[in-house]
Amino acid sequence: MTRQLSDPPIEPLLRDLTPQVLGIVVRRFRDFAAAEDAVQEASLAAATQWPRDGLPQNPRAWLTQVAFRRMTDHIRSESARRHRESEAALEMDQLAPPVDATGESDHDDTLILLFMCCHPALTLASAIALTLRAVGGLTTAEIAHAFLVPETTMAQRISRAKQNITDSGIPFQLPTTEERAQRLRAVLHVLYLIFNEGYTSSAGPDLRRADLSHEAMRLTRIVRQLQPDDTEVAGLLALMLLTDARRQARTTAEGELIPLSQQDRSLWDHQQIAEGVAVLTATLPRGAIGPYQLQAAIAAIHDEAARVEDTDWPQILALYDLLKRMSDNPMVALNRAIAVAMVHGPRKALELLDALKMDARLADHHRLEAVRGHLLELAGDHRRAVWHYRAAAGKTGSLPERNYLLAQAARLSSKLPLTNEQE
Amino acid sequence: MKYILMMNGTKAHFSEYAKWPKKDMEANVAFMRAFSKQLKDEGVYVATEGLGWPDQAKLVRAGKDGTPMTDGVFPESKEFLAGYWIVDVESPEQAYKIAARASAAPGLDGVLCNMPIEVRQVLGSHSDLGL
Repeated sequence: MTRQLSDPPIEPLLRDLTPQVLGIVVRRFRDFAAAEDAVQEASLAAATQWPRDGLPQNPRAWLTQVAFRRMTDHIRSESARRHRESEAALEMDQLAPPVDATGESDHDDTLILLFMCCHPALTLASAIALTLRAVGGLTTAEIAHAFLVPETTMAQRISRAKQNITDSGIPFQLPTTEERAQRLRAVLHVLYLIFNEGYTSSAGPDLRRADLSHEAMRLTRIVRQLQPDDTEVAGLLALMLLTDARRQARTTAEGELIPLSQQDRSLWDHQQIAEGVAVLTATLPRGAIGPYQLQAAIAAIHDEAARVEDTDWPQILALYDLLKRMSDNPMVALNRAIAVAMVHGPRKALELLDALKMDARLADHHRLEAVRGHLLELAGDHRRAVWHYRAAAGKTGSLPERNYLLAQAARLSSKLPLTNEQE
Repeated sequence: MKYILMMNGTKAHFSEYAKWPKKDMEANVAFMRAFSKQLKDEGVYVATEGLGWPDQAKLVRAGKDGTPMTDGVFPESKEFLAGYWIVDVESPEQAYKIAARASAAPGLDGVLCNMPIEVRQVLGSHSDLGL
């Protein structure tokens, strides 16, 4: 049997099947950590064998069989280690792999896995890595590559995360109704961070990292199918679509950043904008408005302006007012200040920034300096704007961003009289 | 976010280290080896390297025709990089804690080295949300 052109591509298929198969294996063996390893091994085996031998009749049953075999091997070696062969042999008889597992609980399983991988007991870095592997079906090597760390380090991070889950005794079941909303917020936060990691990366040599955004969008679509009534899930998907639509325009071919106001809007993905707007429009009238929907609405207003001067800033400001009431995040207040500047002028916005400097979470953050530089430039105080752009450049952790901020400072300072510049 | 933790020392520090008794030297080397392994086990390790010693160091500039012009005369007070670790962590505070552990390596007569570790952020290609 060889691969037919009509066969679906293997990689997406494997990634779709990963959480389904993992759910089946965890249910059978009740050992999430080992099951996750077994499914990853089965996936790697499929990635080698399927292109060579052709797709099996039932790919999911194939993967489940292989994973079950790995699990029984694992249990055998574990029990040998514990010198309990006789008891284990008994146990083995009860673990005969099924011919095919029915898919009744697939949907719940994927959701349960997401809740587990994004459990608040894990650090965010672990939750991100584990989600990408256990639910996203990425290999450890792919995740390590995307986060620019050695594969052994990523493997260790994943294995520690699983140990953490085992130690915490988190059961493989849906959280209680009371917990559920809060736990779903944690899942959305992890997906949002994965998206951001990919989106804010510069293009060029880091194209692989951009895949993280697509993976985050794929997973968010899955969550939306599983939780169609949650308006914030739809809000997050809309936010991702509307933000990612600008990807081609946000950097030069060399990876230099281009701010929203200077982007070539013909490069925006208008089909994706239309989809994002449709998702948002269908969602807004349906229920509780949350932060993701509001951020999506703001992104939509930017995306729908044909030229930068057509941007509806009063509406953006109104949305930021709502968002600020909902969220204690000082970044929201900082972004709101930019909208205030566009509606009421930069002086008004600079007053807001003075108050924000008192917030310890923001006081030493490069974004505060960058926004101050921008507002001072709008206010015509170029000398101080240069100073703040440079201060921001010294604080950012991103090389393209530092280059961008230094270029802003250089552009302004070249227009200043020399005496002022030397201060 | 990634941080580089750098061990620096003057020429005098390097020559003192070279004269340590075997026992102290072995304890220090064993510590460094174990420390790197711990970083790997903790899932934060990115890289580590030790560097050749200062007496091999050269300063190189391009000559008029682009040929290398070397200079190896350094003031005694100059600090040299002895080695470094790069770690991938979630906060600067976590990097400082790791640096403090490196600083507590055993020194002469088993007394803590308490050597200063310079901690600097390694710039990435993307913007952290930071909050």
